[in-house]
Amino acid sequence: MERQITCINCPVGCRLQVTIENGQVTRVEGHGCKRGETYAHQECIAPARMVTAAVPVADRNIPVSVKTRTPIPKEKIFACMKQLAVLSLKAPVYMGDVVLSDVCDTGVDVIATKTVE
Amino acid sequence: MLSNELKQQVQYVDVLVIGAGPAGMAAAIAAREAGVENLLVLEREEHMGGILRQCIHNGFGLHRFKEELTGPEYAQRDIDKVQELGIEVRCGTTVLSVDEHRFVTAISKEKGVQLFEAGAVVLAMGCRERPRGALGTPGSRCAGVYSAGTAQKFVNLEGYMPGKRVVILGSGDIGLIMARRMTLQGAKVLACVEIMPYSGGLNRNIVQCLEDYDIPLLLSHTVVDIEGKDRLSGITIAEVDEKRNPIPGTEQHFDCDTLLLSVGLIPENELTQQAGVELSPATQGAVVDDNLQTSKEGIFACGNVLHVHDLVDFVSAESFRAGKAAAAYVQGKKRQGRFVEMKDGNGVRGVVPQRLMIPEGETEPVQVMFRPAAVYENATVVLTAGGKEIMRQRKRIFTPGEMAELTLKPEAIRQIESDTVTVDILA
Repeated sequence: MERQITCINCPVGCRLQVTIENGQVTRVEGHGCKRGETYAHQECIAPARMVTAAVPVADRNIPVSVKTRTPIPKEKIFACMKQLAVLSLKAPVYMGDVVLSDVCDTGVDVIATKTVE
Repeated sequence: MLSNELKQQVQYVDVLVIGAGPAGMAAAIAAREAGVENLLVLEREEHMGGILRQCIHNGFGLHRFKEELTGPEYAQRDIDKVQELGIEVRCGTTVLSVDEHRFVTAISKEKGVQLFEAGAVVLAMGCRERPRGALGTPGSRCAGVYSAGTAQKFVNLEGYMPGKRVVILGSGDIGLIMARRMTLQGAKVLACVEIMPYSGGLNRNIVQCLEDYDIPLLLSHTVVDIEGKDRLSGITIAEVDEKRNPIPGTEQHFDCDTLLLSVGLIPENELTQQAGVELSPATQGAVVDDNLQTSKEGIFACGNVLHVHDLVDFVSAESFRAGKAAAAYVQGKKRQGRFVEMKDGNGVRGVVPQRLMIPEGETEPVQVMFRPAAVYENATVVLTAGGKEIMRQRKRIFTPGEMAELTLKPEAIRQIESDTVTVDILA
């Protein structure tokens, strides 16, 4: 099977032609760097995304921004957002703090990307 | 003329940077690292970081830090550096005027009016969004129409959702990012409507913000009616022809409570104009040389106030050069040479720098940036000086959504004998 995907590793957005045979990526063309090749394998076999969000902090007027430390499986994005929506955080939250560990059994922690004191 | 009393209040600063977003911070860091002690940064907002503060998504820093950061994390690295270097930053301070002699007035709640005389000024005020009024879209003046960046501020910095059923007009990056943000935070995004036959946003954003969530991107479409009494209740869109006029009979209606506009960014150059700096109609920013110096000596410009970038990494890189050049200027390191004009040719819009110095001594490589006027696949950018080709570079794709960048090498610069260099894209 041939699949055309756009590499998202950097804003160049290389157009990749990916050949998939028996659930395996057998050929990648059109990538400008090695990350594109890695991405083609991942995107066609196990797509993953970083998730970022703004989460309320109790008694503070401003939410704290958070991210998954690494990308999580694409199909778990909404489940992840659901867990974040019911999170109750207390100030202070510091950049880099783990606000939720092992989100949706992905083994990935959600960490704060700013400080709310 | 200033009274004697006022004259005594004037503070002399070697390098004065206006704006503490990514551009201003990078310029200040570079100036300090080049040895400028008497350095001051003025920032209108209460915090450093500029627009990055509300860009909580990831994707920043791949070029500069070789890792993927969110906006607040990217900003924090510069904030930490600014603080480590002991650079004075006055937040909550709005600059009211700059003149060609680099006399600057500013105002803040704490200190009132402040007067400065600067050895060099770096303009780093960033850009702002094109508002609804600039579009001439007909319809009701109801609530529920926001610029995408305003909505981004509400959601990410203040914790409010501006609506539940959303249509996005324009496919600029902020609009695409907000399509995903609104979806993740629980809203339904019905469509992203783009008047041009291509998106103005980055590829990765089209993939990760629209395609991932099955949000349709309707190219060559625009909003033709906005309905609602107090609050927006619906909009009508239509397909447009090559002249961007709506085609009768192609109308579609959407029930929605929110319309987000992502229809372009405009460099914020009111202060630049006051200083009498020449502006470029193509970039809507200052005309600069390869040192980022404007038409007024000692006034430099960098980042989105100079030309709207796609990537903060490139803003930082450009601003480091501006800060370094401003430092060299106040330290009296003058360059000798002759200037040539850089001109937009076929398929090219807004070449920066617009002036290039051919120095007498050692020649440094020069970064040249421009925006392609349309989509060109497998095309070549060619630089010509007086009929002589000095450089060519092939690229698989040029699109208006992605700023093109190339490095003009010293051996190419030394070949220039004419007064102008033209940049063309040859399909």
